[in-house]
Amino acid sequence: MAGNRGRGRAAYTFNIEAVGFSRGDKLPDVVLKPPPLFPDTDYKPVPLKTGESEEYILALKQELRETVKRMPYFMETPEEKQDIERYSKRYMKVYKEEWIPDWRRLPREMMPRKKCKKAGSKPTKMKDTDKGTSLTNTADVLKKIEELEKKGDGEKSDEENEETEGSKEKNKEDEDDEDDAAEQEEYDEEEQEEENDYINSYFDNGDDFGVDSDDNMDEATY
Amino acid sequence: MTQAEIKLCSLLLQEHFGEIVEKIGVHLIRTGCQPLRVIAHDTETSLDQVKKALCVLIQHNLVIYQVHKRGVVEYEAQCSRMLRMLRYPRYIYTAKTLYNDTGELIVEELLLNGKMTMSAVVKKVADRLTETMEDGKTMDYTEVSNTFVRLADTHFVQRCPIVSATETAEPTPPPPAPTLVINEKDMYLVPKLSLIGKGKRRRSSDEDAAGEPKAKRAKHIESKEPIPDDGIYWQANLDRFHQHFRDQAIVSAVANRMDQTSSEIVRTMLRMSEITTPSCAPFTHPLSSNEIFRSLPVGYNVSKQVLDQYLTLLADDPLEFVGKSGDSGGGMYVINLHKALASLATATLESVVQERFGSRCARIFRLVLQKKHLEQKQVEDFAMIPAKEAKDMLYKMLSENFISLQEIPKTPDHAPSRTFYLYTVTVLSAARMLLHRCYKSIANLIERRQFETKENKRLLDKSQRIEAIIASMQATGAEETQLQEIEEMITAPERQQLETLKRNVNKLDASEIQVDETIFLLESYIESTMKRL
Repeated sequence: MAGNRGRGRAAYTFNIEAVGFSRGDKLPDVVLKPPPLFPDTDYKPVPLKTGESEEYILALKQELRETVKRMPYFMETPEEKQDIERYSKRYMKVYKEEWIPDWRRLPREMMPRKKCKKAGSKPTKMKDTDKGTSLTNTADVLKKIEELEKKGDGEKSDEENEETEGSKEKNKEDEDDEDDAAEQEEYDEEEQEEENDYINSYFDNGDDFGVDSDDNMDEATY
Repeated sequence: MTQAEIKLCSLLLQEHFGEIVEKIGVHLIRTGCQPLRVIAHDTETSLDQVKKALCVLIQHNLVIYQVHKRGVVEYEAQCSRMLRMLRYPRYIYTAKTLYNDTGELIVEELLLNGKMTMSAVVKKVADRLTETMEDGKTMDYTEVSNTFVRLADTHFVQRCPIVSATETAEPTPPPPAPTLVINEKDMYLVPKLSLIGKGKRRRSSDEDAAGEPKAKRAKHIESKEPIPDDGIYWQANLDRFHQHFRDQAIVSAVANRMDQTSSEIVRTMLRMSEITTPSCAPFTHPLSSNEIFRSLPVGYNVSKQVLDQYLTLLADDPLEFVGKSGDSGGGMYVINLHKALASLATATLESVVQERFGSRCARIFRLVLQKKHLEQKQVEDFAMIPAKEAKDMLYKMLSENFISLQEIPKTPDHAPSRTFYLYTVTVLSAARMLLHRCYKSIANLIERRQFETKENKRLLDKSQRIEAIIASMQATGAEETQLQEIEEMITAPERQQLETLKRNVNKLDASEIQVDETIFLLESYIESTMKRL
């Protein structure tokens, strides 16, 4: 074996005949380019299955593709303005139903901010919170009465009492206001972000949430 | 997640929800869990758009969220769920075959909307069915809700996790995201609803039929009595559909291997264990031959004796689809679901080798598969193919990863002359490789289809416009000659081009559906194998 090597013959550590090359054969060239994009195939593909069910599924698929475009979930990219406004375009607009997500199932940060609220999501949200507040309201009133009894002085007006108590503990009642406050916060952040590109609120643990709402509440309860 | 899968997800998201959602979705797949603001920043999309896109993705169960410490909400993409969008037509078709048009529309609405309340589904489906019916006829709500109940009873639809009511009297600030919990025993429980009414047509002429003046009805809607099943959302149970697909595949495999009667027996066994066996179990619940005999479809003339013979025959079959687990009750039989899936996956691999490399390669492939480990010399001898050609074929399959090579050195230095080289087929890895290729080919098919439609966009628009004009003219009662004149606006070569396009698109679409069937088989096999490891 060792004698065969040496003189200019490429040295392999194994017996090259075992791989199917006889002694004098030229080895294939090294391939340095990627395989072709559309390679020739030795065998042609078999025809597709056809039948009633296959055709029905095909029709379903094509119909589905058109339907999803008309669903409210399909978000279109804002088109760049064309130089010539086409007359036909006015009639091409597809009618889409309004979609109001169930905010109860979504994280709170998903809620649109004020300016979008007017566009339709506000009413449902208001109703939701109203339902909640009416319950907590009665509970609060009961609490207040109790507290008043303890203190024994009826001099303070109800309103004042409400105010002091409200600032002591965070009430559910003010969820709306809190939301508003939070939104206002977000607004400010937005503006700041544009200036310095940092995300200020990323590590916000929500502690300053309550403080703000208390400030706000003063105006809101009156 | 491989690149091919990400590419496919991206194409699917784009087709279903548009480019913005696609951008956000793909970003989430690539980066894993991300909070809202980071997503907005990294994708350079406005916060509003990111929010809306996330809402869409969450609605369709394609993204989940979880609250981290410090109250940051992080969003995570459900990649495998995104790939299921390919199979939507098949789910819908299955619902149609099982529960007619009503079932079809219920599942379609659930898939199109991600999740819906039962009352909303019933209303929508009744309306849609009414629209397709002849004038004067309407679809009753109760009929639709009956079908819905049947779908829930057979587990084809299930409840979404509900928002847990953690809100107590504690004065804590509300959590940044609701907690969703699954109530196992309520999963398929349909809320008691008294849905009375009929589907309505969109046309205004039905106003009188409803028997209520318009103003009054508007008021009625405004007052908005609370929806009875508010907050209880339903979704299509894709796993149950997959179980059904698997059972169908097994039944048809048995029918091909033996005969119609044996497939009917296997179908009966599968149907009996549908609900009792969890979809991921390797075996069905053992069934005695007496039980099977009682459950055979009526009018199927098989005596107990013949049934027993068939069962013995099935249990003796080398493929082991049916196994015997005991002798009590006239013999206890199970269906080996894992074995069945493995056989189906192996058969798929074999046929792919046959169609790609020819029947002689398939012979070598089957040989290696059967003998487990073979040396090169043995392959040449056993396959009875000339040594040079056999080597050629073997190497080709080796380089395409259908066959793998196992080195066993006789000495620790791994010298080639003192090493055994054993060729073997690792079905699991070959199936993975093939699955990956399937994803790639579907992505290619979709891209080609989009390219074809884009190339002919102008022509398609034109034909659509002309069709619209013709339709409107027919409605107003135009003359035949006028219609013909408009029809001629599409020239003969254009018409030909349109037909070619349609044929091509149909072929591409059909291929997508059929490659997905292969994907389903391979995925089920891989999943079932991974569970056993």
